[in-house]
Amino acid sequence: MDPGVVDLSRLQFALTALYHFLFVPLTLGLSFMLVIMESVYVMTDRPIWKEITRFWGKLFGINFVLGVATGLTMEFQFGTNWSYFSHYVGDIFGAPLAIEGLMAFFLEATFVGIMFFAWERLSKVGHLAVTFLVALGTNLSALWILIANGWMQNPTGAAFNPETMRMEVTDFTAVLFNPIAQAKFVHTVSAGYVIASVLVLGVSAWYLLQGRFKAHAARSMTVASAFGLASALSVVVLGDESGYTLTDNQRMKLAAIEAEWHTEKAPAGLALFGIPDFAARQTHFEVKIPWVLGLIATRSLHGEVTGITELVRRAEERISHGIAAYDAVERLKLAPADMKARADFEIHRNDLGYALLLKRIVDDPRKATPEQIAATAWDTVPSVPVMFWSFRVMAGIGFLMIALFALAFLLCSLRLHTRTPWFWKLCVAAIPLPWIAAELGWIVAEMGRQPWAIDGVLPTFLAPSSLSRTSLWITLVGFTAIYGVLAVIEVRLMLAAIRHGPIDHRDEPQPAPGSLPATPMAA
Amino acid sequence: MDLFDFQTLRVIWWVLLGVLLIGFALTDGYDLGVGALLPFVAKSDVERRMVINSIAPHWEGHQVWFILGGGAIFAAWPFVYAVSFSGFYLAMFVVLAALILRPVGFKYRSKKEDPAWRARWDWALFIGGFVPALVFGVAVGNVLLGVPFRLDSDLRAWYEGSFIGLFRPFALVCGLLSVAMLVTHGAAWLTIKIEEGAIPERARRIGSVAAIAAIALFAIGGAMVAFGSIGYRVTGGDPFGPSNPLRSTTVPLAGGWLANYAAAPATLLAPLAGFAGALLALLGIRARRQWLAFGGSSLATIGIIATVGASMFPFILPSSIDARSSLTVWNASSSATTLGIMLFVTVVLLPIVLVYTAWALNVMRGTVTSREIGVNPDLY
Repeated sequence: MDPGVVDLSRLQFALTALYHFLFVPLTLGLSFMLVIMESVYVMTDRPIWKEITRFWGKLFGINFVLGVATGLTMEFQFGTNWSYFSHYVGDIFGAPLAIEGLMAFFLEATFVGIMFFAWERLSKVGHLAVTFLVALGTNLSALWILIANGWMQNPTGAAFNPETMRMEVTDFTAVLFNPIAQAKFVHTVSAGYVIASVLVLGVSAWYLLQGRFKAHAARSMTVASAFGLASALSVVVLGDESGYTLTDNQRMKLAAIEAEWHTEKAPAGLALFGIPDFAARQTHFEVKIPWVLGLIATRSLHGEVTGITELVRRAEERISHGIAAYDAVERLKLAPADMKARADFEIHRNDLGYALLLKRIVDDPRKATPEQIAATAWDTVPSVPVMFWSFRVMAGIGFLMIALFALAFLLCSLRLHTRTPWFWKLCVAAIPLPWIAAELGWIVAEMGRQPWAIDGVLPTFLAPSSLSRTSLWITLVGFTAIYGVLAVIEVRLMLAAIRHGPIDHRDEPQPAPGSLPATPMAA
Repeated sequence: MDLFDFQTLRVIWWVLLGVLLIGFALTDGYDLGVGALLPFVAKSDVERRMVINSIAPHWEGHQVWFILGGGAIFAAWPFVYAVSFSGFYLAMFVVLAALILRPVGFKYRSKKEDPAWRARWDWALFIGGFVPALVFGVAVGNVLLGVPFRLDSDLRAWYEGSFIGLFRPFALVCGLLSVAMLVTHGAAWLTIKIEEGAIPERARRIGSVAAIAAIALFAIGGAMVAFGSIGYRVTGGDPFGPSNPLRSTTVPLAGGWLANYAAAPATLLAPLAGFAGALLALLGIRARRQWLAFGGSSLATIGIIATVGASMFPFILPSSIDARSSLTVWNASSSATTLGIMLFVTVVLLPIVLVYTAWALNVMRGTVTSREIGVNPDLY
């Protein structure tokens, strides 16, 4: 493969996926917040809750369409740009994408139209049910795409078939109940709920600072603080940790996040700060808390967290075994009925992917020298500084969010949230933070999987389509231009809708601070 | 999942591929047609809003047929997904760029009163309707002609064509046929969904022309298939073997796409339905029988797509440059396990989807009127 094509393909995927994920988490979270707000409306019958639901629904709509628009690119990009990936794992990877369409996209896309257009055509409960189905649809789509992504991180329930030169499914249940997929699903949708909560909290706080729409803002804030606190706790507590000991690559990801160059005596310490240095294979100025990492990662006092150097040694062994499997596959290409080759393949089939890593420097892995094998083993280490810092910033924001929502929840419970301007400023300032954390989360997950497209199975540099650099530049520039223009338009429309506010007339009666009615806020 | 053997599963999934394409063309097809008609059937802002709101609550659900098409081809025909979308790389980009304009166009147009703002989104919606309709047809035309790709021994696909090379005369005929077919379908929808007045009248005028063009282009395309050097034939290999195209061989054969009609005359029903449907649509439009027109355009759509399938079986994507690379029903599918699982999932979920799609259309039943545009704040 032309390395330029590989890099451009990766750049385009990263840009389009990260851009897509600016809109998706808000859809995931805001849809459920709409369900909560509309439920309050249905139960209390107070018109203000309908205005609140419709207002946040308007922001939901402006955001939703860009999630849909950029999702189109994602659905087809595996085929357009990652053609060999699509052939190699389509037998497994395609299924969750198709089920996502059937089970989730139809649900959300069919009912989202009804949600916006049928306020007058449905009963109150009927409309609430429609809003719920939209929320269910969006969240189910997250489930299926994360089953697909989880399989890239931990390709369970599948085996290479030399007759068709691809991975084929052996146990679909294992693909569905992949523990990494399950952990990722909870982590990702919770992050979406946090993002939506922060937006509702921040915009409401902005209204309070402006002295506008106080009744709507105070009520919205109550919903956001409760939903946000539960979600922020869920993101961190049920976070991604559970899967980090499952496969060699997941162990490598953890070691890179911690810049743990060598296996430490159990229980390992958690690095708070440091400057990882790949060339020297050590971390300068490291500040460590003893025991914590061992406890989190292995849930025990004696479990070891394997270091980078030890994992590289293991990769070197697997490359050597993989060459034998590769040799068997080449013989089977020429003589599919060769039973000896078939038997040789069976012995080391799980290491076939490791031999493919050599293709970056030699055309035929069987001709690799021991030096080339040793050097390639170090390719299995993802970028340690990127992993180290992305994770720390993400996790730091995660803990900040818990603190913010705990405070918000406390203030709302004490009915103090309507007279604390310092807190409102804090909420407005917090708006961009969870988006940064979510994008960094994907960087940790996907950069941490490198050099693999499919962990241990298919190296990223073999996965792209055989395109020309010119074609890639055309689409890269094209997507950037379209996405850039749409981003500007979207943000302007969001800001205009927020400035306009939940109701048309702006001279609403302004109760004095603190004199808001003591009627139930969240019923 | 041992209910069906591998061959049967492959044929079922070939049929389901057609069902998906037809589902897309019948539902989102009229949305694309309406988009392409927008600047021509509606002149004032109120008229444009009426046209937009005639499809606004449903087009998003309909578009999922397209997305599902991508996902289902990935799951059931991974070779086809890998080879076709990377081979038609720039054409796919053009389609995606056009389709990206639709969700934002529908939603954002109504957010500002400014006529220049609205005019720009009207063009976006036109492009989002016309361009995909054209490129889909051109792509199908190229599939019928054969696509210049080869597979190496690792089954990696290498594409040797160019973007401009896609626009060969036969492919252009197919592209225009696709536009004519979907514009007829969209015009028929407008006559049903919009109150009597200027818009349905213009839709009838354009719809009549489009229906006649569809009949003519379908006939021209058929003549090119019969008398041009178009078509392929399977010549060797085990047709029921593992999904590995290198183990079978195919050759170009002029008129090869007519072989199935001779072997199984019942397949002639497909092109017949194509012609009859377009004719019925024309009669329905002329006679002001809205539902006859829409039924006719639906039948035409089904017939024309079924004709492509019936002509090509068992081919899905023939290679024009390598005898061992053509993708067929017998060499390009997923494993039997995956086909079985996906069949089960489809049989359970697709009927549910059809039920709530029908429910949603029923909730929004009735015509869009200029009065409602003025008073209903929920409309775009």
